[in-house]
Amino acid sequence: MSKANGDIRIGVYVCHCGTNISAVVDVKSLAAYGATLPNVVVSREYKYLCSDPGQDLIRQDIAERKLNRVVVASCSPHLHEQTFRNALATGGLNPFFLQMVNIREQDSWVTEDKQAATRKARDLVRAAARRVAWNESLERDRIPIHPAVMVVGGGIAGIHAALTLANSGKHVYLVEREPTIGGHMAQFDKTFPTLDCAACILTPKMSAVKSHKNITLWTYSEVTQVDGYVGNFKVKVRRWPRYIKEDLCSGCLECLKACVYKEAKFPDDFNVGLAKRKPIYISFPQAVPQVPVIDPETCIQFKSGKCKKTCIDACGERHAISLQMEEKTEEVEVGNIILATGSQPFDARRIPYYGYGVYPNVYTALEVERLVNASGPTAGEVVLRDGRTPKTVGIVHCVGSRDENTNRWCSRVCCMYSLKLAHLIKEHTGADIFNFYIDIRTPGKGFEEFYQKLLNERVHFVRGRVAEVTDWALDPTEEDKLVIRVEDTLAGIVRRIPVDMVVLATGLEPQADAEQVRRLFNISCASGGFFLERHPKLAPVSTFTDGIFLAGCCQGPKDIPDTVAQAGAAAAEALALIDAGFVETEPNAAYVMEEVCSGCKTCVAMCPFTAIEFLQEERKARINQAKCKGCGTCVAACPSGSIYQHLFEDRQIFEEIEGILTNA
Amino acid sequence: MMASTYGYFPGCSARGTGVAYEESLLTLFRLLNLSLDELKDWNCCGATSYMSIDEGSAFLLSARNLSRARQAGHRELVTPCSACYLVLRKTQDYAARYPEIAKSVGDSLVAANLPPLDSVTVRHPMEVLYNDVGLERIKSKVVRHWRGGRVACYYGCQLVRPFAEADRPHDPTRMDELLQAVGVPTIDYSLKTKCCGGSLTGTIHEVGVRLNYILLKEAARKGAEAIVTICPLCQYNLDAYQGEIRKHAGEPLDMPVFFFTQILGWALGGDARSLGLGRAISGRRSIEEWFSKHAEEVESYV
Amino acid sequence: MPETFEPKIVAFFCNWCTYLAADLAGTSRIKYAPNTRVVRVMCSGRVDPQFILDAFAKGADGVLIGGCHPGDCHYQEGNYKALRRFVLLKRLVKQMGIEEARLRLEWISAAEGERVKTVVNDMVEKLRVLGPRVPVRQKEVA
Repeated sequence: MSKANGDIRIGVYVCHCGTNISAVVDVKSLAAYGATLPNVVVSREYKYLCSDPGQDLIRQDIAERKLNRVVVASCSPHLHEQTFRNALATGGLNPFFLQMVNIREQDSWVTEDKQAATRKARDLVRAAARRVAWNESLERDRIPIHPAVMVVGGGIAGIHAALTLANSGKHVYLVEREPTIGGHMAQFDKTFPTLDCAACILTPKMSAVKSHKNITLWTYSEVTQVDGYVGNFKVKVRRWPRYIKEDLCSGCLECLKACVYKEAKFPDDFNVGLAKRKPIYISFPQAVPQVPVIDPETCIQFKSGKCKKTCIDACGERHAISLQMEEKTEEVEVGNIILATGSQPFDARRIPYYGYGVYPNVYTALEVERLVNASGPTAGEVVLRDGRTPKTVGIVHCVGSRDENTNRWCSRVCCMYSLKLAHLIKEHTGADIFNFYIDIRTPGKGFEEFYQKLLNERVHFVRGRVAEVTDWALDPTEEDKLVIRVEDTLAGIVRRIPVDMVVLATGLEPQADAEQVRRLFNISCASGGFFLERHPKLAPVSTFTDGIFLAGCCQGPKDIPDTVAQAGAAAAEALALIDAGFVETEPNAAYVMEEVCSGCKTCVAMCPFTAIEFLQEERKARINQAKCKGCGTCVAACPSGSIYQHLFEDRQIFEEIEGILTNA
Repeated sequence: MMASTYGYFPGCSARGTGVAYEESLLTLFRLLNLSLDELKDWNCCGATSYMSIDEGSAFLLSARNLSRARQAGHRELVTPCSACYLVLRKTQDYAARYPEIAKSVGDSLVAANLPPLDSVTVRHPMEVLYNDVGLERIKSKVVRHWRGGRVACYYGCQLVRPFAEADRPHDPTRMDELLQAVGVPTIDYSLKTKCCGGSLTGTIHEVGVRLNYILLKEAARKGAEAIVTICPLCQYNLDAYQGEIRKHAGEPLDMPVFFFTQILGWALGGDARSLGLGRAISGRRSIEEWFSKHAEEVESYV
Repeated sequence: MPETFEPKIVAFFCNWCTYLAADLAGTSRIKYAPNTRVVRVMCSGRVDPQFILDAFAKGADGVLIGGCHPGDCHYQEGNYKALRRFVLLKRLVKQMGIEEARLRLEWISAAEGERVKTVVNDMVEKLRVLGPRVPVRQKEVA
């Protein structure tokens, strides 16, 4: 075999990974095999190569055996490529003389036949040993990081992330789609397990956002375009017209009172349709900003042009109402983006046999949150549609969740909020409460104790998944009631339990537009539709797109404590990048060998990042190393073979192919 | 697009306990200028009984009928019985999904000199009326007012599950809509897709009768004066055991159980005899009252 | 030909989607046929037709290219370029006498660990029926 880059001295290291690899792949024979390969001067196996002693082993060999290439056969490079590159660097060798072989995720964990697995590992190690001989010494480039951050979504996740960043002196753009921040938490009454009033703990944070000099708050706004990359994102934000000028409005709400609609007529989203609003409205009294919105779909002036415009009169000298307002697009530069777009509740209509939308007294949990809330549509009275107070209430767990027909996952918060609602309803009405559950999931701090409290309050618990909610009455005691039919699996009988009110504990699912949003930001969704994190355990707030982070329920269902923790984590990750001031690139940019370039310009149009320019005078293509993202499309396309790519050279790949297919 | 001639698979009940269904079906279709071309030499479909004893052979029974339909040049095969509908559809579905069944069916058809299973659409009169004729057209042909009270539309389970082409599985409404179009008010019947017991009334009698009792009682409780069905076994079960129920449960039940084709046929001008109205077991008095009193009324109803 | 011929498949997986999907299959402990040898590239657009021809020439029984679903490419459009090249290459390869089933392009997203199994198992089955691809080199020796 011809020598490349001088005298090659390769060290091969095979990891056992405890028994993860060694239980299937014969690591000892693999290491022995490694020693037989050309240019390999040392070949070892070790239990945990990624550990300190494991890395020391490599460093020692670099020094003593004068290694200039290293092959590590272990887990996925996505996990430890960085670790081993660092080991090389601290051992005095350029980190890019490393080649990793994936014999765990793509071999020992997916293969039953041990011999086949070992054969696969041998082929791959042989290929890597051939390839690594052609690796070159490379240096990473640095991309500067713009210090501003955009937070998309103004629920508790977005609010906490924004405040954390703003408090450390960074500028934050907080973009929220609704006319007010607060998200779902603003709709809750009390939060588990402490029964803190949600509004009481949320509104101070909302005010802090409003008054913070480092936060630019854009509500009633949406991100429409994202260009650029980590450290240098250019984001376009569309701001819908409220028809009321934020800087002139004093929040007195006289305009609402003065509206020609004496009675509110239109469904109120904040109260989940349980109350009505006028065409001019504010989501809730503590909305931030304290500025109403006019809905052009229902406002008479917009629909017919003939309204007395009493709202404008009521506003008087402030002149805050401006019906000619138009939508505006803002464009900003930020270095990092945190997505905190939240989740939506499962639509209970998808399970018709639970009766939502069929029987009037079947409610979703969010509707009941509004009922028990003192500033809700019934001023905190838990009453049925006809005004009666319920004497028996059934709370059905796992609606839409843990179900192959709808959503497979557990939505994590419903057991706790069902217990909470049981407590609150009992407190408000003294009713007899039944909770129908599959399992009671109370893992958090204080959660199990909360469950015990409910048991002591004489709330009934029936273990069984509710089969149906029906108005079919078998005897007079069931007349005019809703009958819950369920198999009580602890008692071993099928029960019929007549109740006045049914509460469906609907689960959480991704927002309806999660697919569109994730394409906008160039990230992926996981199989449930929630945004995909880089690693479920070790990188739960980053994504595979550098500079874009996740916080809150958009990444998966979670409660408020976990949401706030994750928001803080996302802010910290962004801060880490900003404080470092730069991010290092993977040195895999493409470059043109100008002597060979024929000036055909095939590559120029191909680059999605417009990183290739054509030098008119020389008639050659040149690639901007900072803009190039390393996809390699131009490399494959170049007809004269004059474009090369660091880290993924043609030569290296051909060697890999040769190594796989030919025996030494 | 409305074909005016459909292939017709009556099923065994149509010549047995469900004679009134066939009579009223043919009368109704005649009134709507639709003709049903009965399959020559059709065989019993085996219904759910044979399916549960020997699935493989049961598929062959249905395959023969589907193949004969194709042989006769029919693209569509109408069958009024829910069980026949279900096993015919199931045979098509399983043959499409499981290569072993496709092979066994294919081989048998070849051995019997019959053409292979091809796209014959299995249909039910309820959805033929709904989709092909349409509510407006039926409404325009009404010549009699219904003077009876509200009825309970009972779909049973086999027509709407697992194949949801005839109507929605949990909340079907097409029969209700058809009856409402001819002026018959219907109740909100929560048990409309609950099982009537099917063959259980013959095998584990008490269980089957109890299921019927539940259905009848709830219909009465909700104010229905009659039950209207689309399946001959449902009709038979609900109709035949009311005496027994009266005796054991002490409930004064005497509810007529009609086929939807009888009600529609009557509204469109068919006479009592050709609609098989005299064949009922229960509720005879109410039937006589309603239908004799208003036999003379001929009004245009739009 | 031995009773169970084990085809060797050279697989070019894109770093962001298919390679991650294969990793996910691993963390989910999904078992599939051990016949693939993965060459990691950043993007399916990097896959040069020469790699594929070289693989066949050196004795690969099959070549599998894995990339992101259209619209999802980490680099916007690389997978579209891969698709275009693939369509042309398929024709060329057929003319060279290489059966269609030997060259395959699949879109596998990072969440589709199960799909890695279905695709690989399916390809292995089809290649078993076709038998080994005679390497050009061996012919040259004769």
